[in-house]
Amino acid sequence: MFKYFPHTNEDIHQMLEKIGVKSLDELFSEIPSEILLNRDYNVPSSHSELEIYSHINSLTAKNTQYTIFRGAGAYDVYVPSIISYLTSRQEFLTSYTPYQPEISQGTLQYIFEFQSMICELTGLDVANASMYDGPTATAESIFMATSVTRRNKVLLSSTLNPRVIEVVKTYAKYKGINIEMINEKNKVLDFEDLQSKLDNDVAAVVVGYPNFYGILEDHDKVRNILTNKELLIMNVEPRAMSVLKTPGEFGADIACGDGQMLGIPLSCGGPYVGFIAAKDSLLRKMPGRICGMTTDVDGKRGFVLTLQAREQHIRREKANSNICSNQSLMALHTVIYMSLMGKKGLQEVSLKSYSNAHYLHDELLKTNLFSKITDEEFFCEFVLRYHGDAKELEQKLLEHNILGGLVLDNNDILFCVTEKRTKEEMDYLVDIIRGDQ
Amino acid sequence: MDSRLIFEKSHKGRFAYSLPKQDNYLEIPTKFKRTSSLNMPEVSELDVVRHYTNLSRKNYGVDQGFYPLGSCTMKYNPKINDFVASNPSFTNLHPLQPAESMQGALEVYYKTAKYLAEITGMDEVTLNPYAGAHGELVGLMIMKEYHYRRGDYKRTKVIIPDSAHGTNPASVNVAGMEVLEVASNPDGTVNIEDLKAVLSDEVAGIMLTNPNTLGIFEKDILAIKELARQYGALLYYDGANLNALLGITRPGDMGFDIVHLNLHKTFSTPHGGGGPGSGPVGVKKELAELLPNPRVVYEDGKYQIKYLPTAIGQISNFFGNFLVVLRAYTYILTLGKENLKYVGKLAVLNANYIKESLKDYYQVAVPGLCKHEVVFSGLKSKAVSTLDVAKRLLDYGYHPPTIYFPLIVHEALMVEPPETESKEILDGFIETMKTIAKEAIENPELLKTAPHNTVVRRLDEATAARKPILKYQDIINN
Repeated sequence: MFKYFPHTNEDIHQMLEKIGVKSLDELFSEIPSEILLNRDYNVPSSHSELEIYSHINSLTAKNTQYTIFRGAGAYDVYVPSIISYLTSRQEFLTSYTPYQPEISQGTLQYIFEFQSMICELTGLDVANASMYDGPTATAESIFMATSVTRRNKVLLSSTLNPRVIEVVKTYAKYKGINIEMINEKNKVLDFEDLQSKLDNDVAAVVVGYPNFYGILEDHDKVRNILTNKELLIMNVEPRAMSVLKTPGEFGADIACGDGQMLGIPLSCGGPYVGFIAAKDSLLRKMPGRICGMTTDVDGKRGFVLTLQAREQHIRREKANSNICSNQSLMALHTVIYMSLMGKKGLQEVSLKSYSNAHYLHDELLKTNLFSKITDEEFFCEFVLRYHGDAKELEQKLLEHNILGGLVLDNNDILFCVTEKRTKEEMDYLVDIIRGDQ
Repeated sequence: MDSRLIFEKSHKGRFAYSLPKQDNYLEIPTKFKRTSSLNMPEVSELDVVRHYTNLSRKNYGVDQGFYPLGSCTMKYNPKINDFVASNPSFTNLHPLQPAESMQGALEVYYKTAKYLAEITGMDEVTLNPYAGAHGELVGLMIMKEYHYRRGDYKRTKVIIPDSAHGTNPASVNVAGMEVLEVASNPDGTVNIEDLKAVLSDEVAGIMLTNPNTLGIFEKDILAIKELARQYGALLYYDGANLNALLGITRPGDMGFDIVHLNLHKTFSTPHGGGGPGSGPVGVKKELAELLPNPRVVYEDGKYQIKYLPTAIGQISNFFGNFLVVLRAYTYILTLGKENLKYVGKLAVLNANYIKESLKDYYQVAVPGLCKHEVVFSGLKSKAVSTLDVAKRLLDYGYHPPTIYFPLIVHEALMVEPPETESKEILDGFIETMKTIAKEAIENPELLKTAPHNTVVRRLDEATAARKPILKYQDIINN
């Protein structure tokens, strides 16, 4: 019949006979005739494998791959080849959520390992099995905060990634949570503005680390004035936590964010993976799946989904979150990445990005075509103000097959340098900007 | 089998990566430097390969065998879809690069949305939601916003039958609305009289799964549509069970205003052990301006990315799970209009064949024809529980059906045999189910202690919840 349909006419005939109907159409006899489609869908005709390839080739010809100096929430990182080799094993790829633990120990164990690694990186006590992405993980974190504090206002730093802010605002608007923005001052959170906005209805303060501009903000100051039950939620880039002071060390209550830098390809924006880690006391407010270790009837070690009384399939409309599955295969992707890199590798890629970014920052300043707009410490992204037209510069770079930094207001450009960029690529970028190429 | 964690295979000094040499790195300023220890595995490359290869062998996937998990549509995941999605021309695209430089990717997004709109009978579709539950939430935000913008502020309630998936009421809560649960008829369909009793001008919408979770088509759907219109409520279609109706009828033609789909069910993308999925949302014209940002449009002869001020806002980082969408696009092109129309017919044929073949051994929950899945209410003999039957199936090498759902069926056993399964596969499953029914009478203990052949046997879930061990560090500290 078709390569994905095994039924022969003889099979269909025998099966219809067993059922006691005369035709396939008779299986749908209860459907009112006025809503039957009675025509083919208006979609293309069936493509053979060779036709698919030639069609896909015509599409890929319309995509351009650049040397990338842009981040802003999606980073061009090194992806070890072993990862996709392992994640494409059918046992991981084609299984479903681990409802039957006896034949899902592979999935359950890597989720347990994911939770362990996220706790290590963030310095917090508990983590869940993963979330859709960084922005939605941040939105779900504020649900945890409003639920545990029984307060209804959340303060967001204006220096968070704008897409995190947008998604949190959308979620909060419909849930009925009030969001107030904390102003920024020279690309960092305006501490006085924060102080003026704290009141008895504030459930949490959400800050970025590094922030949208790549800046490392001193969140000790924020932690120290939160004395009135408010939670500190840090939206962090987890890979950098291998070398940076962790949310745990800052005394944060919740850390959340996107794990894309843990070896996930850019993929035009997804799939990536979100995560949430928190202090022990917030465990029962966690959204999504959580995996725990236990034993079987023979006393053997095994893993199960646990604390399910929090979840939608049990609590239904009383559940704090509607999330059903997680982003399991992408969690596995990051677990394999972290296993390959280990402590030494995670720290090395982080320091490489950090060092590269500082090199490029200084080289760009030397051209005298840019000026600094802040003296704050930064990680692997930084903002410089271009003296010319930033949009024109972006175009010029594209012509040289370079995706330059993200253009912000006032001809400010947010550059990003990961471990993948070489000195030659950075020097080439500078040469083009200077007009030497 | 070895059940050590990757952490427990760590050996100080080993590593499994290589990076270009660099003489020195800058130091992180003291103020921002991590001071706590970082305990990550130290292992070789082969250690990693063996560890995860062996872990995979403790899983069960669709490529291994029959996976009749009800409501999950575990159909064959074509390999060409994965091959296409691994093309570097897609995987190396930065989501914030100019639209002109990613016309191929945007074309995939735009056309997939168009095809799904045609297949569901809706006017516009967003592919941004990441999963079915995420699609539900987005659909409900659209529902709420629609009434709100008309100044109809009192519409805060959503009617949901008690046969619905748990995500439905949870999504209503997260969208800041109230659930009005209505009891279903014994076959899970909506009781029209009960529906009339709860409808009012405070109802924002009615959320239905059709066919419902008992695998029964909502034959009064047109009457429900009329009632919804009469009361000013919107109709929401949970697309979890759309596979049954592919090629037969469209939610848009049934009168639904908002639809979410699961590309990982109906459109064959791999479930990945529980994600990444994709939960597109389709709406009728009047609601289209509310769809979330970013939008992909075709204007002036090219694909463009737009942010509309009328949207409910943004609900995802970028364009959803793009590589999942690309797989579904490949699936739609591979099947084409000639084959898509048989999906529902063959899935429903398979389900009814199992129903007829097992009805003497297992209690059929609803008599008559079912759609893509059949729900049994446990063994006719009642010799052992549904859980025991499911666990025994593991010994025979099958993934068990969904159990104890829907909640309104006692000892529910929900079997969904997708269209990609052959008659021989179904016959093998049927014989095994009959054998288990006999074993239940002759040797119930064998079932109560099953599974016997799996890498671990029944697990102590109570202790896991009472004394949570949730990370490696908890094991060391214990």
